[in-house]
Amino acid sequence: MVTLNINGKAQQVDVEPDMPLLWVLRDVLNLKGAKFSCGIGLCGACTVHVDGEAVRSCTVPVSAVAGKAIATIESIAPAGRLDPVQQAWLDAEVPQCGYCQPGMIMAVTALLKRKPEPTDAEIDAAITNICRCSTYARVRPAIHAAARAMKSVKA
Amino acid sequence: MTDATISRRHFLKVSAAAGGAFCLELAFPVAGRAQSAASAGAEVTAWVLIQADDQVIIRIARSEMGQGSQTGLAMLVAEELECDWSRVRTEFASVAENLRRDRVWGSMSTGGSQSIRQSQEYLRRAGATAREMLVGAAARGWGVPAGECRVAKGTITHAPTGRATTYGKVAAAAAGLTPPKDVRLKEPGEWSLIGKASVQRFDLRDKILGLPVYAIDVELPGMLHAALMQCPVFGGKVKSVDKSAALALRGVKQVVELPDAVAVVADNWWRANKALGALRIEWDTGADAKVDSAAIMAFLRTGVAQADLPVARKDGDVDAAFAQAAKTVEAEYFTPFLNHATMEPQTCTAWFHDDRLEVWAPTQNGEATAAAAAESGGVPLARVEVHKMQLGGGFGRRGATQDWARYAVRIASHVRGTPVKMLWSREEDMQHGFYRPASLVKMKAAVDAAGRMTAFHTRISCPSIIARIAPERLSGSLDLQACGSFHDAPYAMPNQRVEYAMRNPHVPVGFWRSVYHSQNPYFRECFIDEVAQAAGKDPLEFRRALLAGQRARRDLAILESVAKAAGWGSPLPAGAFRGIAVADGYGSYAAGVIELSVNAKSEISLHRVIVGVDSGYVVNSDAAKAQIEGCVIYALTAAMYGENTIKDGRVVESNFHDYRMLLLRDTPKIVTVLAPTGGFWGGMGEPPMTPIAPALVNAIAAATGKRIRSLPLRNHGFALATSV
Repeated sequence: MVTLNINGKAQQVDVEPDMPLLWVLRDVLNLKGAKFSCGIGLCGACTVHVDGEAVRSCTVPVSAVAGKAIATIESIAPAGRLDPVQQAWLDAEVPQCGYCQPGMIMAVTALLKRKPEPTDAEIDAAITNICRCSTYARVRPAIHAAARAMKSVKA
Repeated sequence: MTDATISRRHFLKVSAAAGGAFCLELAFPVAGRAQSAASAGAEVTAWVLIQADDQVIIRIARSEMGQGSQTGLAMLVAEELECDWSRVRTEFASVAENLRRDRVWGSMSTGGSQSIRQSQEYLRRAGATAREMLVGAAARGWGVPAGECRVAKGTITHAPTGRATTYGKVAAAAAGLTPPKDVRLKEPGEWSLIGKASVQRFDLRDKILGLPVYAIDVELPGMLHAALMQCPVFGGKVKSVDKSAALALRGVKQVVELPDAVAVVADNWWRANKALGALRIEWDTGADAKVDSAAIMAFLRTGVAQADLPVARKDGDVDAAFAQAAKTVEAEYFTPFLNHATMEPQTCTAWFHDDRLEVWAPTQNGEATAAAAAESGGVPLARVEVHKMQLGGGFGRRGATQDWARYAVRIASHVRGTPVKMLWSREEDMQHGFYRPASLVKMKAAVDAAGRMTAFHTRISCPSIIARIAPERLSGSLDLQACGSFHDAPYAMPNQRVEYAMRNPHVPVGFWRSVYHSQNPYFRECFIDEVAQAAGKDPLEFRRALLAGQRARRDLAILESVAKAAGWGSPLPAGAFRGIAVADGYGSYAAGVIELSVNAKSEISLHRVIVGVDSGYVVNSDAAKAQIEGCVIYALTAAMYGENTIKDGRVVESNFHDYRMLLLRDTPKIVTVLAPTGGFWGGMGEPPMTPIAPALVNAIAAATGKRIRSLPLRNHGFALATSV
C-alpha cells in the first residue's frame, strides 16, 4: 500500500512500488488528464506537479512520491475557474488536438510559480514539451500573457 | 416528426434495452461539446436538431483531430440556418446510424484536407433547408405566406402582423414538413459567419481543462488492458510463444497469440506492457529479415534506371529539346520513410457482448473502423457500433489502414464479454507505422540560350500507397498520386515528361500529412532553383516566367503575395539569406519564403518563415492560421530530423530521442499570409506543408552554396542553432 496525496486528497493504492506515477493516476485512480506518449520522460505529455515542481510522471516510480503533494491538471481550475495560464491559452487559442496540452499547461504553471516573469531563454529551457500539432507559435505569447495577468492580479 | 426521427428513436430505445450504445454513453462522461451520444430535440434535418430552449445541435460527420473542422463545419450549416451562433453546439453523427440511414451524413473520412471543401455545399444546403422548414412551420401556424417572414438569429418575425417566434418553438412542427427540394444559397458577399468572424473553436475550453475523452482515456466497467508486440520485421509471423513467465506476473490475465503479434491482457496497461518483456517469443521473420536502408535505396535506384517506365505526363518532345539545349541540368534527390508519431500512440477499445461488437476509436474515418471491426471480429456490420473519440493527432495515420482497430478487435475476441483497451508503447508505434514513402527522383532540365527552361524530365521511383492500401483502385503500375506536383506541375514548358517506377519494398506505406506533396514539391522546387541558377536568373524571376499560363495564375498570385510579404529582393542583414518555393495541392495554392543564416559549424538560425495559402474561401481564419503554423513546424521537423531507417528488416528508430521533434525553442517567427481569392474551396490541413522544405533547402543553398539533395538535413551535418 502506498499513500498518495493527490490534489489535496489522501489516496491509498495497492500497487508495485516501481509502477510509474502516470499509470497509477490513469489506470488506478482514473485521473486521465495526464497523458501517456513516450514513456521515457522525453515529451512531457504526462507532466504533473510534485511539491510544486513539474515532473514527468511516466518515469517517476510511485514509491518516490509517497506523501508528497501531487497536483494534476484536474486540480488547477477548481469549480471551472480557469487558472491564468488556461485563460491565456484560451485567449490565444493554443490547442489543436489538445493531447499534449495538459502536460504543457502543468509545465508552464510550475515555471510561472518559480519565475513569475520568465525571459524567452528561460521559457526555452523550461518548456521542452513536444507538441506534434506544433502549437508552439502560440505557446510563447500565451506564457507571457499569463505572466502579465498574474502580475496584474498581484499588483 | 419525420419517419427518420421515429426510426432513429426506435433504434435508441432498442439499443438501450439491449444494454448497448445508449447505456454506455451514460456509463462514462464524454466531455466536450461533440459527443456521439444522441441528443434529444426535434430533428429538423439529419444535420440540425433544435431543442425547445432554442439550443441548436449541428451534427458533424468528420472527425476532430485538432484541425478545427468540428467548428468550421458547424459554421457552414449555421451560415444558412440563420441561428444564434452562441446557442450552437455539435455532436458527432453516429457511424452505425449513417449506415442504417443510407449514409445520410455522407462520407466520414477525414483526410486529404477534404472536410470543408468536400462537404461545404451539402452542409450549407442543409442549413438553408432547415431554415426554410422552420420558417415554413411558423408561417403555417400564423396562416401567413412564408415569403413575408424574416429570420435572424433564430427568431422568426412576421412584420405585417407584428408576430415573432423562435426556432425552438416551431422545431417540432418543422420536423414534420417535407423538406424543400430547392433552396437558394447565399452569395459569398452575403455571408456573415464564413470568413468573417474569427470563431472560437468548440473544443478549446475542454482541452485546456484536460477534459476531452481521447481513445486512450476510455474507461468501461470491468475493462482490461492490452499491450501489443508485433513481429519486429514487417510481414513476419509468430513461430512460438513461451507464456509461462508472463502469466505468472501480477495482474496478467491472458496472453493472446495472433498470427503476427502477441498481446498481454492485464488489469492495467503498465502491467500488461511489462509482461510483454517476460514473453519468450520466437519469430518467423520471413524473407525480408535482411533488408536494410541501403538495399531499399538500391531497389529504388533500379526504378530511376529502368528503360521503359509508365508515363504520367508527356508534353512535346523532351529528347528533341535536350538535343537542342544550350545547357542541361541533372540531379537526383531522395527523401526517407517517415512515421506519423501522433502524440497519442495507436490505441483502440473493443468489446464483444450480446452478439454485438462495440469499438471506441481515435479514427479519421468512422465507417472504415466499422468495416475493419466487422471483418476482423466476424460480426455483421449492422451489429458493430463505433464510438468516435477525440484523436490525439491523426496526420493520416488513423484513416485508411485501421490496423490498430483490427488488432484491438482480434485481442478482444479472445476475451469475449469483457471490454479490452489496447494501447501501443511509443516504441511499438514508431516501429509499426504506415510510413511516408521513401522516394528517389531523377530530374533533368534543358535551358536554351536565352536562359529559358524548355524541357523537364522526371523519373520518380517510390512505393505506391494505393498499391499497399487499396490495390483495387490501381490499374496497371502507374500511380498518378505518387507523381503529384510533377504530372500536374503548373510550369509552362513546351516539353515535359514524367515517369513512374513503382517500387514496393516490404515496409508498409501510408498517407502521411500532405502525402506525396510532402516530398515532391521539395524535389521539384529545389531543382527549379538549380535550373534558375544555371540559367543565371533570380529564383522568383525564373518562376514568374514559368508561371505564365492560365493554369498557373493562382500559383503565381500566391507566390507574388508571399514574395511581397517577405520583401523578396530587398536587402537582408549580413549573413542572412532567403529561399522561396511554390506548390499546389488539395485544391489550394501555397508559397513560402524562409529567411535564415548558417554559421561555420552548419548551425542554422531560422529568422522568419513567411507562408501563404490561397484556399479560395476561408471559413474560420484563426483555425486556418493554426493549421499553417502547425504545418510549418511539422514540415521543418521532417526536413531537419525526420528519418526512419531500416536494418534487419525492421525500423531502427524507437522513440523521440532518435526520431526528434522541433521544440518551442526552435520555433521561428511565422508570418501567415491568408490570401483567399474566392470562387473555389481548397484544403488547409496539408497545403501549407508543401513549400516549407524546398524554401528551407533553397535558403541553405543561398547561404552556403550547397545543394542538399536528400533529407533530413541532419545527415548533412546541419543542426538548428537553437538545439545544438
